Amino acid sequence: MEITANETLDAKGLACPMPIVRTKKAMTDLEPGQVMEVQATDKGSTADLKAWAESTGHQYLGTVEEGEVLKHYVRKASEEEAKEEKKHEDVINLKDLQNKIEGEEEITILDVREPAEFAFGHIPGAINVPLGELEERMNEIDQDKDVHVICRTGNRSDLASQKLTDKGYKKVKNVVPGMAEWDGPTNNNQ
Amino acid sequence: MSQSVATKELAKKIINNEKTLILDVRNTDEFDNWKIEGENVEVINEPYFNLLDSVDPVVDKLDKDQEIIAVCAKGGSSEMIADMMEEAGFSQVYNLEGGMKAWSEHLEPVKIGDLSDGGALYQFVRLGKGCLSYFIESDGEAAVVDANRMIDVYEDFAKERGVQIKYTIDTHLHADHISGGRMLAEKTGGTYYLPEKDATEVTFDFAGLEEGKDITVGRTSIQVQPLYSPGHTIGSTSLIVDDQYLLTGDILFVRSIGRPDLAGKAEDWVGDLRNTLYSRYKELSDNLVVLPAHYSFAEELGKGGSVSARLGDLYQRNAGLQVEDENEFRKMVTENLPPQPNAYEDIRKTNMGKITPEVEEQKEMETGPNRCAVEG
Repeated sequence: MEITANETLDAKGLACPMPIVRTKKAMTDLEPGQVMEVQATDKGSTADLKAWAESTGHQYLGTVEEGEVLKHYVRKASEEEAKEEKKHEDVINLKDLQNKIEGEEEITILDVREPAEFAFGHIPGAINVPLGELEERMNEIDQDKDVHVICRTGNRSDLASQKLTDKGYKKVKNVVPGMAEWDGPTNNNQ
Repeated sequence: MSQSVATKELAKKIINNEKTLILDVRNTDEFDNWKIEGENVEVINEPYFNLLDSVDPVVDKLDKDQEIIAVCAKGGSSEMIADMMEEAGFSQVYNLEGGMKAWSEHLEPVKIGDLSDGGALYQFVRLGKGCLSYFIESDGEAAVVDANRMIDVYEDFAKERGVQIKYTIDTHLHADHISGGRMLAEKTGGTYYLPEKDATEVTFDFAGLEEGKDITVGRTSIQVQPLYSPGHTIGSTSLIVDDQYLLTGDILFVRSIGRPDLAGKAEDWVGDLRNTLYSRYKELSDNLVVLPAHYSFAEELGKGGSVSARLGDLYQRNAGLQVEDENEFRKMVTENLPPQPNAYEDIRKTNMGKITPEVEEQKEMETGPNRCAVEG
């Protein structure tokens, strides 16, 4: 599967603890919200990277194996997500969204997570425009459709919903909480 | 630079019941799955990646003058943490060389007792994984039962004692560790015995381990009597050695009994398991000393690090032998079983000769505890 990352770290051939030591250092230079691809050959690096990400608040997205090389994807936690600001009022929960999908209503699902997150699992038919690219790519989204905006936990999608509303979109719903709790069908880019 | 400690030294400490403090810096999931255990062992877990900025998180928990053994998966992370702790003022931090991977490979020989006419029986305790193998010697000859992959240990032991390994015997087709039986027999020119019923898919030559066909070690005839005792596997065969010892394989342990599900046939084999434990073994002498192929709990390690129990005593206190009701027994050994041993399907295939993984991969496959028992 094709996964886009903002930075790539080569930790191939390094034994534990070096893959994590290097990742930790490299993450400090990454912008919040960006995704790092960590290439490693140490088999233990998968479990350690996952546990390290959990303990530091970064988001472990997944690992792709390519021959001997493990490609781990980690997204740096963004400060924006943590902020409590004004909220987009029109929200929809996951169950109602699933009912709409099952009822074959004509809706647009806009997934504003990073392409790497999207690649590891998204709702079938969803379109992916990361929050950071939304303004320049807004023309890809049909104004007249019912737009359902989703991310991992409902924060980025809230910001995206507000941006769309500001630009004149009338039918925008923020899906809460988001993919983290979604148990309906998903696709991945494989 | 911090000092290091070899697995052999750590094994001695554990067997001698010395107070041992271990700082395990692997991630918590791995730690919870498998750790160093012993009656007087205290283990603290703090993943190394939480200590990269400073070792403060462990400073509060530990005394700077205490002897501390730092452990990780392969020894690299624990070495780094041990160095950092030394810089922070800890005076007695040692790094376990090779980490859990090396620990899993260490075999500690313990003498169980003398056999008639000058022979002897030794138990090889694999502390890191809870595997037990046996070395029976008499009159210049030896048989190794349930040998582990690290066959040089048995070869060296035989050389030291001036005996020739003539037979290697597996009580059953193992699912938790890679057997050294075949390799050891090939190297020493000995005969490898395996129960026929467990060997229907094997790709190599072997001798059938069969009830009624005794094996004689040495001229003074130490009798190794196979006793068909199915249940953990369909071929599982116990060995009565010198009318004193009962090598039970993975059928009966000191604190628990074998699980019947590792070949995917729990329902089929549970009746065999019950019959072996509640009838076949019951007909044997209460005075036989049970020597199993595994242990699961640090408390099972007895004097000198050996694992054994009198058969009659186990009928009094082993929970797996106290279940009167057949349905209850069936439930116990087929429901709520612990997770399977790591890579058990590939380990079985390796032991059948169907696949031949590289040594490094074999080590990887064997990580984690043996998990061959039903912990009732």
